[in-house]
Formats: sequence, structure tokens, C-alpha cells
Amino acid sequence: MNYCVGIDLGSTTTKAVILGDSGEILGRGITNSRSSYKVACDVALSEALIDARFGLVAAELDRSGMAGERKTEALAALERRFREQQYRNHLRQFDERVRDRVAGRHPAGELPLYKTETPDEPSEDLSKAIDWILTQMEDETKGLYAAGASRKSDFFRDLCGGRYLALAEEAARATGASFDKLAGLFDKVILEVENLPSESDDFQVHVRAALDGFERPDKELGRAVDHAAGLALESSANVGTGYGRQTLPFPKEQIRSEILCHGLGAHSMFPETRTVLDIGGQDTKAIQVDGEGIVTSFQMNDRCAAGCGRYLGYIADEMNLGVHELGPLACKASRTVRINSTCTVFAGAELRERLSLGEKREDILAGLHRAIILRAMSLLARSGGVSDQFTFTGGVAKNEAAVAALSQLVRENFGDVAINISPDSIYTGALGAALFARREWLRGDNGDGGSPS
Amino acid sequence: MTTNKKPSAGAATAMKDNSQLRQKQMIAEHFSRLAVAPQTGDKAVYTFVPGNLTELLRCFDLLPVLPEINALQSAMRGKSRDYISAAEKLGHSEDVCTYVKCDLGMMKSGNIGPTGERLPDPDLLLLSYTGCFTFLKWFEILREEYDSPVAMLHVPYQADGQITDSMRNYVVEQLREKVIPELERVSGKKYDEDRLKELLARSAQAEDDLVWVLESAKHRPSPIDAYFGGVYYIGPIFTAFRGTQDAVEYYRELREEVQERLDAGLGPVTPDGEMGEERFRIVVEGPPNWTSFREFWKMFADEGAVVVCSTYTKVGGVYDTGFRHDPERPLETLADYCMGCYTNLNLPSRVEMLTRNIEDYDADGLLINSIKSCNSFSAGQLMILREVESRTGKPGGFIESDLVDPRYFSAANIKNRLESYFQMIEQKRSGGAR
Repeated sequence: MNYCVGIDLGSTTTKAVILGDSGEILGRGITNSRSSYKVACDVALSEALIDARFGLVAAELDRSGMAGERKTEALAALERRFREQQYRNHLRQFDERVRDRVAGRHPAGELPLYKTETPDEPSEDLSKAIDWILTQMEDETKGLYAAGASRKSDFFRDLCGGRYLALAEEAARATGASFDKLAGLFDKVILEVENLPSESDDFQVHVRAALDGFERPDKELGRAVDHAAGLALESSANVGTGYGRQTLPFPKEQIRSEILCHGLGAHSMFPETRTVLDIGGQDTKAIQVDGEGIVTSFQMNDRCAAGCGRYLGYIADEMNLGVHELGPLACKASRTVRINSTCTVFAGAELRERLSLGEKREDILAGLHRAIILRAMSLLARSGGVSDQFTFTGGVAKNEAAVAALSQLVRENFGDVAINISPDSIYTGALGAALFARREWLRGDNGDGGSPS
Repeated sequence: MTTNKKPSAGAATAMKDNSQLRQKQMIAEHFSRLAVAPQTGDKAVYTFVPGNLTELLRCFDLLPVLPEINALQSAMRGKSRDYISAAEKLGHSEDVCTYVKCDLGMMKSGNIGPTGERLPDPDLLLLSYTGCFTFLKWFEILREEYDSPVAMLHVPYQADGQITDSMRNYVVEQLREKVIPELERVSGKKYDEDRLKELLARSAQAEDDLVWVLESAKHRPSPIDAYFGGVYYIGPIFTAFRGTQDAVEYYRELREEVQERLDAGLGPVTPDGEMGEERFRIVVEGPPNWTSFREFWKMFADEGAVVVCSTYTKVGGVYDTGFRHDPERPLETLADYCMGCYTNLNLPSRVEMLTRNIEDYDADGLLINSIKSCNSFSAGQLMILREVESRTGKPGGFIESDLVDPRYFSAANIKNRLESYFQMIEQKRSGGAR
């Protein structure tokens, strides 16, 4: 089976979308690995391929006649167990490397944990603490992936980091080990684990282990998995885009500007789209497209990235919240505090000042969301305004407070306009890139047939 | 073609045509004369580029000094960052035009000009263009600094898109009653109108050749880049040399060189050698960035984008509608030139000119480089862009940078926008879908 790949190498996450023979979306993958573009690209692609194989499993179950709740449950359970296997695998890699360092075995070129060459004595506390932390984490895994359990992120870095650092604090208190050293260990090791090459047989290995975990293995499910795992998937064309696109291992002809990719991606999701707003990690793009998804005009922020996704990240840190908690909290506001600063750092200061004046967190947050959207409104106006239909994409489109502020301001300034937001909006750029790849492939220009890795 | 190329084309070293070598020589001689002016008794007049009165100064044997040109030269030599911070230390804010700050910083750092020689203090500040309010403030500062006299020519704005007789008379009257007497006083020479006429006749000759060179870009492929190459071509005519025999010869030689490129079917020469295939033909509005000039140029050249016409090459004076200096109407023609410079045109005239440029040069679209420092250019540019887009149906692009402050050139952002723009043109050209 042939597929076309689009990869969007963003500043915060890397996304991959793969399209099947007739242009249908086979799978989507995302990673937050940032330490190496090459690895981020590989991981996103392998995640998209995993997603594609799950899609194939589902299609196979359809063919076998399994349907309704039974099918949904079987698939959900399979995927949950699969993710658990992935997590366990990463945790094993993490575990090994942490222990190596505590034992004084660190990679060449890396500063040792201890200044002395005889780490025996000071590592006593540390090694006890590490032992306890890693055992706890191993024990918690089952619960993390239990049916109905909620995870704050799907990325290993977030899941592992959140627990590791919380446990490290406890362990430091209990054993007297240095928290800084424990945290330093995490920082070093997580980069390495993130950068491990993703194995091509990931799906095969983990899906089998996942199936083995079922108490009463379902025959139809087993057959569907066999079918999906056995199918050969061949890349026929690929196109890269995004902030880091120049670093992608693709030739120049296979690289497209993210402006064009977002325009085409949004057109493909919502064909009536005429205006696209994308708020990503470090840039905001206002794009006008015609009825074919061809970009006719665009504006981007320059010199300053205040008002982009990272702004929310910074504010979340200031308030000691997760970035995903900001939107829901801001939606509880009873009034919108006016935030004047356009600079992220000053907005942080304004936030602290407002808190000290006794303003409510949710009201301030509503103001901060409005401030972001006001900056986007200026770009939209400069790019030619907002025409019906209007599609909002990028990571910030997942934030309901940002969406609420945008809807209000668009209505006030441009009247009634249909606003489209896809749950998969974060993949818009990658989808556009995949569509470009497919066009190249249909034209026969993208003949290397190789995968981007 | 008679060039002094290194044997291997495409080498990283810049290739210099004879005209370029001649221009370099002209500039070197001019600055050498300026350097020894205090000893020889030559008088220096500081003045501005837009609508400049070079022939009139030359008529009194006065030597023009152009602070704007010194600022951009400083930027190209990598000195503007230090000069700007020197001016900021003196209390000039971050928002002040960076040409001004660069010039003041240079002055405070010994007033060493682009050739490494010291510039003389001004004997007169000739504020020849008032369309830019910053110019007034700039010379106010220089007047305090040097305790130098100022001659001011108030230039009416072409608010209705034309030069009326009363506007012309108003400028001529000022020339006659204010500017010429001041030039006589400073130079110690009487105004000689016959001599001015000779200078103006030479101007017209050089102007004909310059216009021919700029219009050669109507050919496919264009033998020149009318923006990045263009800024070199306008050097002599917009600075100290219009009206001189040197300028006449420079433009004749340049024209011959371009003719040879045309005959050979060649495209423009870039600092990295011959340009590859011409893929995009662009009209550019706004001055270039000078701190990363080569890098900026390369972003175009690497994509096969040739600038076939630019408004910046009209910054001293506009020749598009047939204007040439007319020796038969010496003061009137100077007045028309002053009032006709690009930034003195109103927005509808600029829209019309750009629309015509896109059509005449068969361009793929209009790209605006919006300059933080320059309101004369930047105010109204988005309106211009939208209007030209709708009249021509060709896509517009918009990038932002600055003249000489390196802090305002974000290479990654500009490259990103330029590539997006070129890809947008390509997508539109191929009908998008396939």
C-alpha cells in the first residue's frame, strides 16, 4: 500500500499526516520532541503510521462484521494497551540510563554527576532515591493506562517528567538526596530517550504484547491486527513544511512554505474557507485563500512572537498551571480584565500585578486570551480582513477561551461569518504538505519513493 | 563585453564591470576632494537625495555631501550598529529614523566617510526637500552641532497628483531669492545661468541613458536587477555627480554593458555570479535593507526572482513620465525635479505608477519592503498593496525590515515570507490544483 507524507516541523511540535492511494487520510502523528529535527520527523511519521495501522485494524473489523460498542471498546482497549507498551518501553530506556549515570557511567563528553571521580559515597542517597522513584513509576504504569484513567498528555516527556519530578521531591525530603541532582538527571536522560531512533517494528512488537494482555483475546480482533500489521506500507512522496522545514532531510522541491500548506490544508478540511488564521507556537499567520485553496494574500507576525502559543505557555508557567488548563479556567470568567501589554514578559508582570490587586485568576486569563486574539485581529485586518468561511487552525485553536474571544471579535468587526475549527486543526499544515506531496506524486515528479527518514 | 571578471564565473568574489570601477573611482575622487577641502578652500554643502539640487551646487563649484548616502554606506560596511548605539547614548530614542542616528553616530565618531577619509564640516546645510519632516529635525541637530547656516527650500507636496504653475513659481521664487543668494555667499561666486544650463544638458543626457538601462528590464530575461543592481545604477545620478561629464560617461558605459548582456541574452549579475533561470519578475516598493544587503539579495537570486522595476530607484527623481532636466528652463526644471521625486507623489499617483510598472514590465506581482524608519515610504503601503493587487490581479507580498539598524532585519522571517510569496505566485500561475 502506497502513501504520501506531509510533515510539519513546528516550533513546539512536529506533525505528520499520511494519505492513502485515493487521497484519504490514513493516519496522523505528533511529537513534542524538539532536540533533533531529524528525530522529531521520524517520530511523527512513525506515530502517523501507527495511527494508520489502527485505522486498518478498524476497517478490518468493519469487514468482519464487528460493529457498535463492541468494536469501539475492543479498539479502545487495544490502543490503550498499545500505548502502555510504548510507555513501558520508553520507561525501560529511561530507567537504564538513569541508573547508568548514578553508577558513574555517563556518555563521553557529558559532565559527570559528581566532581570527584569516586562517586561511591555521595551516590548512596541518590541511588536509594532513584531506586524508589523508578520502582514507583513502574508500579504506577498499569493505573496510568487503566480503562477510564485520564492522562494529562500523550507525550512521554510530559507523563514521565510530571511523575518523576513529583516523586523526586518526595524522595529528596525522605532520603536527603539532592533534588537538583535528581532533576538534573531527568533533564539529561530525557533528551537521550527522546532521541532514540523509533524502531520500525514498533507496531508489530507492541501490538502483539498489547493483544497478549487481553484476558479473553477476541479472535476477530486478533485477525484484524494480523492483517493490519502484515500490510506493507510504502512511501511514494513526501513534502515538508513548518518553521524548521529548511532542516528537513528533503530536497528543496519537496519543501513548501507553511503559508501555502495551511491554506491548502484548511481548504481541504473546509472547502468553503476563504480566510485562515493559524496561531502556532511562535508565529501567527493570517491567510486569504481562493476557492481552490490557493493563497492570495497573507500576513505574519515579525520580529516579535508575543501573542503566539508560547505566550500561553509562559502564562501557564507564571500561574503554575498546565497550558491545557488555561482555556477552561478563562471560560469561567465573569468579566474580562483589560491587559495592555503586548510583550509577553510585560504581560506576565501585569498578570502578577492584577493578582496582587485581588483580581480573579479566571478574569485575568480571559483578558490575556483577548489580548492574544487582538494581535491576531490586527494581522487579519492587514491581510485583507475576514471573509466567509473562516477557519481557525494551530494549537491555540484547541483553547476554548481563545476561540470564544476570536468569535466575539470577528463578529464585532466582520459580521456573521461561519467559523470552522476542526478537532484535527493542529494537523492542518501537515495535511496541506501531504496534499502537495500527493500532487507531486500524481504528476510523477516525486520519484524517490523513499521515506523522509 | 569588456569586463574585468575573474576567470571563473560564479566565483564568490564580486565581478566588477568597467562602469562599476568607474563609479568607484568617481566616488573615491569626490571623497578625496572633500577630505582636503579645509586646505584647498573647497566648500562642502550637506544636502538630501530626494529632488536634490546637484546641478545648482556644481554651478557654484560646491561639493555635495549626502548624509543619507553616508548612513547607508556605513551600514554596508557593518558600522551602523555602533553608530546607532552612539546616537542612542546621546539620547536619541529607538524610534528615531535610523539614517539620522547612523549619521549622528558617525559624526560623533570622527565623521569618517565611506572611503575612510574624514568629511569636512558643512559650510552650508541645504535642506532641499521638506516632504520628509525628519529631514528638518535632522538638519536642526546638525545646525546646532556645527553652528552652520541653513538654506531651506520648502517643497510643496503633490497632494492633487500634479504640479501646478503656482507651485512651480513658489519653488522658483525660493530658489531665486533664498537659495541662490545663500550659495553665492558661501561660494563667493556669482550665479551663472549659462553654466547651469550646460550642467542641466549633461544631466538630461545621463538621464536618457539611465532610463534606457532601467527599461531594459522589460526584456525577458531581464539583463539587470532593477533593485539590488539598480541601487548601484542610481548612485551617480542621485548623489554628487548629476550634471558632470563623469556621470555622462558612466551612464554611456553602463548602457553599452547592458546592451551587450541583452544581445547575449544574459540575465543579471549578482554578487555570487551570474543568476540562474529567471523564474519570477517582481516590482518592489520601498528602500532595501542595507545591513544585510547581500543576504537579502541572495534570498531573491536563489529563488530565481529578478526585480524588474523598483520605486526606490526613483527616490531622487522620477523619470517614468518623461521628465528630463531641461536646460531651457533651468530653475523651473529644478523645481519640477524637486516636486516630482517619488515620496512627494500622493498615494493615488503611486498606485497608478506601480500598476503601470507591473503591466509595462510584465511582472508577476508587487512586493513591498516596509521600512520601520521611513514614514515617507511606509505610510499607506498596505492600502497601496491592496489597490495594486485589485487593479492588476497579481498577488502582492509584504515584508518588513529597516534601513540601517541591523536589529530590525530578521533573516529567518524575511526568508520565510519571501519564499511563501514566490511559492504563492507559482501556485497561482499553475492554477493551483495540479
